Amino acid sequence: METLFQQYAPVSLEKATVWFKACHERDIPENGGACIKYKDKQIAVYHFKRKQKWYACQNLCPHKMEMVLSRGMIGDSEGIAKVACPMHKKTFSLETGENLNGDLPSIATFPVKLENGFVYIGFSE
Amino acid sequence: MKTVIVVGNGMVGYKFCEKFIAASSGDAYKLVVFGEEPRPAYDRVHLSEYFENQDAKALELAPASWYKENGIELITGQRVSDIKKEAKEIHTASGNSYGYDYLVLATGSVPFVPPIPGVEKEGVFVYRTIEDLEDMMAYASQIKAIKPNGKAAILGGGLLGLEAGKAVFDMGLEPHVVEFAPKLMPRQLDTRSSNVLRLKLESMGIQVHLSKATNQILGDTVIEGMEFGEDDQLDVDMLIISAGIRPRDELGKTCGLEMGTRGGIVVNNKMQTSAKDIFAIGEVALYNQMIYGLVAPGYEMADVAVNQILGSQDIIMPENIDMSTKLKLMGVDVASFGTPYMPADKGLSIIFENKTKFLYKRINVSHDGKTLLGGILVGDASDYNILHQMYLNGMALPDNAEELIVGARGEGGSAFGSAMDLPDTAQICSCESVSKGNICSSLLNGESDSLKDIISCTKATTGCGGCKPMVVELVNETLKSMGKEVKDVICEHFEYTRQELYGIIKVKGITSYDVALDKCGKGDGCEVCKPALASIFATIYNDTANKEDVIQDSNDRFLANIQRNGTYSVVPRIPGGEITPDKLIVLGDVAKEYKLYTKITGGQRIDLFGAELNDLPAIWKKLIDAGFESGHAYGKALRTVKSCVGSTWCRYGMDESVSFAIELEERYKGIRSPHKLKGGVSGCIRECAEARGKDFGVIAVEGGWNLYVCGNGGATPKHAQLLAEQIDNETVIKYLDRFLMYYIRTAAPLMRTAAWLEKLEGGIDQLKKVVVEDSLNIAKELETDMQALVDKYECEWRQAVENEEIGKRFKHFVNADDRDDNLVFVPMREQKMPEPWTN
Repeated sequence: METLFQQYAPVSLEKATVWFKACHERDIPENGGACIKYKDKQIAVYHFKRKQKWYACQNLCPHKMEMVLSRGMIGDSEGIAKVACPMHKKTFSLETGENLNGDLPSIATFPVKLENGFVYIGFSE
Repeated sequence: MKTVIVVGNGMVGYKFCEKFIAASSGDAYKLVVFGEEPRPAYDRVHLSEYFENQDAKALELAPASWYKENGIELITGQRVSDIKKEAKEIHTASGNSYGYDYLVLATGSVPFVPPIPGVEKEGVFVYRTIEDLEDMMAYASQIKAIKPNGKAAILGGGLLGLEAGKAVFDMGLEPHVVEFAPKLMPRQLDTRSSNVLRLKLESMGIQVHLSKATNQILGDTVIEGMEFGEDDQLDVDMLIISAGIRPRDELGKTCGLEMGTRGGIVVNNKMQTSAKDIFAIGEVALYNQMIYGLVAPGYEMADVAVNQILGSQDIIMPENIDMSTKLKLMGVDVASFGTPYMPADKGLSIIFENKTKFLYKRINVSHDGKTLLGGILVGDASDYNILHQMYLNGMALPDNAEELIVGARGEGGSAFGSAMDLPDTAQICSCESVSKGNICSSLLNGESDSLKDIISCTKATTGCGGCKPMVVELVNETLKSMGKEVKDVICEHFEYTRQELYGIIKVKGITSYDVALDKCGKGDGCEVCKPALASIFATIYNDTANKEDVIQDSNDRFLANIQRNGTYSVVPRIPGGEITPDKLIVLGDVAKEYKLYTKITGGQRIDLFGAELNDLPAIWKKLIDAGFESGHAYGKALRTVKSCVGSTWCRYGMDESVSFAIELEERYKGIRSPHKLKGGVSGCIRECAEARGKDFGVIAVEGGWNLYVCGNGGATPKHAQLLAEQIDNETVIKYLDRFLMYYIRTAAPLMRTAAWLEKLEGGIDQLKKVVVEDSLNIAKELETDMQALVDKYECEWRQAVENEEIGKRFKHFVNADDRDDNLVFVPMREQKMPEPWTN
């Protein structure tokens, strides 16, 4: 299980070398999320329409190691965009991946860009 | 710099230091404190707790470091042997001398040991210090080792003696309390209350011997018994003497201070002795010809002495000192205040006694019935604080003064006003002399903002703790009056309660989450307000969870219960638990096809576990084609109406419980509420459907149905309470419509009916008024609203299966048809389960 978690390392915008064409904009619900597959990775993608922003992070919740974060509700905590895991409502910053209501390890976040109606996610491998 | 020497480091001596440090500033004074005991001052009031935990530190009033930090020189283990008044010096037994500008004598008292022949024998103890206790405990364990049924007597049935009784009880010896007077706690109780207390103590295994004068202690060198009269003796293995106190006044005597005829150093109302720079406080001081053996007057004396020394000379000791006490003796409340008992020419008494419950309450009122003079409470002293305040502040008594002790009849209201009705001068915490004004003004001027602040600023409740309920009430009420009431707001995005938000959304006709957030909230929402708003929308418009799926809790969004490994469970509705064999076969076929684990639920239906997100629509298509509907097991909505088989089959059945359960389940299915709702219908009072463990329960009786509401199982089980009796089916539905709608409108998010009723002012009586008598004149509206919800029902799984767009939601990956390859199942009793969590 640990190794599963270790597969996900955060990628910053500068470090992104591969831009994976994940899906169409329409595939992701407004103010909600869905999961995409990249190689053997599961990535949660959110269209945070209220903030006019897109976010991507690992789908794996580090609490119980389940692939569920894409099904969580998104929102903000004092302005910080976050996602709440549907299992036990652990919340994570979508900006930094930090666990906001506990001391779980951070989740990996990935840069997102949009081109011609398609959603691209940045990876370093 | 002036030097203040304090002789004695007991509770009052310590209090003097604490108050002196708080009131003096800079380096104008130096405090030197002498303590004879090896440790710094500790809480003698709670000495018997030492038996339970043997933790001397826990009793400590302040650690030795506190004295250092505050620049106090603490000299423990040294006895002061002499005072030279003229030279303003004290001498210690070890030959040192110290000069002073002011001298404070807080030497306290010693236990009074009556001159009974044999008191010097081994096994006779006094009860005063931690060392006394340690000696007693060592001795008691010796006795227990050789004599498991050993007995110990306590000489003295006063307050301290009964405390010692508890200590003996805790040590595992058989306690015998021996009192010279014909009653227990002779200073605080009258004969009848003493009898009640005695019965209670005896019921707990503590023997009480009254009117016993001890002639001698029996035994050679070791105590073996006590002799009262010629043929009257009690065999005991140990004796603890607690027969009162004597002031430790030797220092005053030898240096020529004015003394009382029976001991004690005479002080005036400034706590000054006959030498103007020598003060005496606490149990050594004789004030108004009295020695005060309670801690509260001692603290007040300390305060007066501090102020006198520091120059606030108008702060003096009051003429009358309140000797009221409240304590818990071995779990038994005992309290007495004012004049606890008195001759009839001074006033009249109202007495309530119930020996079956070991209860005694007495209040003494003036002849004109207007003023409270005092009283006694045994067994239940919960009203002590307010009675005590009424007495202290001379507050007017209600017309029916008896209601103060027996409670108001009828409405179940209280005869007392709130603590807020007390005058500002009312002393709330007598240990720390904190008035109502101190508490309220600290909140009003912004110095404090919470109970925690109040406790740290004023020290209220830190003494005996008896005032805590009043302090809590004052803090809450004051904050409320300032508009600072801690409101049950939904979250940081909506500063409203659910009920307020319900009203706003309904009035403004808001139908979407984003509009609600823009119009009456702030920020971007969160996992708390989104489902709460979703529930409110559903309650007003009864749209299904498919309308705005991203604000639904995950379960509602995917119309299934997420399980441990991220798979889902499927629960079709089986109204009333009635199902045909054909439908059972369909469930079995579906479960087999999709390899689902199956289990019967507590609500008489069948749960299919382990369904993958991608398979949910296909599974539901098969179920819907066979005539099933969503069971809303995933929603905060009606789950099931459980039934027993009823009169159609059961030989005891009074009515058709299954038919009625089906009717109710069909009526309320799909309706979203603040929390899940469960119902039950039983065909007779044998109650096989466990209807009283449900949010609403209906039980067939002679002449109709009894309707119960607001019960639940779960973590805090609650029996549902009777709302109406012997009503017909139509009336059950009418009342249920009103009840459910009223709950749905007014409850907080995730508050079940039982918790809601608990918070509803007036409780079940009020609910009856609203639902049955329509006291708020809203019954029609509630019924109409409920009917609208019922009429708008739609199966949300049918929508999801029939609408391709909705169906897209149920895909694990939006960019691939692959399944979640992270899922691992392991076999379990011929079925399967998710691999256990490792963390």
